[in-house]
Amino acid sequence: MTPSVINLPASQDDHRIARLAAFAIGLSLVEAALPSPLPGVKPGLANIVTLLVLQRFGWRAAAWVSLLRVVAGSLLLGSFLSPGFVLSFSGALLSLGVLAMACKLPANWFGPVSHSILAAFAHIAAQLAVVYFWLIPHAGVLYLAPVFAAAALLFGIVNGLVASRLLGENSLNALPA
Amino acid sequence: MSDYLKPGDWIIALAGMTLVASLFLTLWGHAAGTTLIIRSGGKVVAETDLTRNRDFEIEGPLGTTVVSVENRRVRIAKDPSPRQYCVKQGWLSHAGEAALCLPNQVSVELAGAVKRYDSLSY
Repeated sequence: MTPSVINLPASQDDHRIARLAAFAIGLSLVEAALPSPLPGVKPGLANIVTLLVLQRFGWRAAAWVSLLRVVAGSLLLGSFLSPGFVLSFSGALLSLGVLAMACKLPANWFGPVSHSILAAFAHIAAQLAVVYFWLIPHAGVLYLAPVFAAAALLFGIVNGLVASRLLGENSLNALPA
Repeated sequence: MSDYLKPGDWIIALAGMTLVASLFLTLWGHAAGTTLIIRSGGKVVAETDLTRNRDFEIEGPLGTTVVSVENRRVRIAKDPSPRQYCVKQGWLSHAGEAALCLPNQVSVELAGAVKRYDSLSY
């Protein structure tokens, strides 16, 4: 009887994506410990990693990092397949869709801050849609939309500036390549 | 800072602010009431727009309640209720506002183009 060996070759890219996703998961966990004034209003620190990856390694890598972060982060927090997970996942999906278009914008005009703001709006729009059509089909949900949109704009700008700053630093070369 | 913010970023940020402001205005602003609904004993006795100034006299168990419409606003002008709460409420002009004269079982409510969320219609 020959021992069966399952060999999964992991490329350089796979290792890089895994390391970056681990960064993002770490930030999600830190953020989960922060108290929030309103459920659903979170800074989305892990998205800084997504923005950096988008700039440096392209959309495909960013999509992997973002989705791995959502799935693995929810496994660690014990919220996998809960409504909260569905919200994160739908937000991440629409954000990635918008980022796919946003990264086609001329780079000398639109930087990480633009990407961040657009993705933040897409994120909250997807989440509100899921809440409205699936969880709480009541117009009262829309009443909170302006607050969520304002938070999305604020944190979108802040995360974008952080990503922009980090990209400008040489120390970023220390990022696992 | 200028290194981090490109011209397009400013445009997107401004567009975002406009979006947020317009969301606040449309979803939180007070829409004007357009339709007046008068109920007596729980049944709708009159449903009309606010384009004409006029008075309604509604009969209840205690007597006559007078509802008057003037300049797209409405108020309870006269009511036989002992504490006169609905009369003291004054003019109503926003969608979702209501005045109740419980002793005489009469209520007026203003509805807008879109029914707004409130604790009564929840």
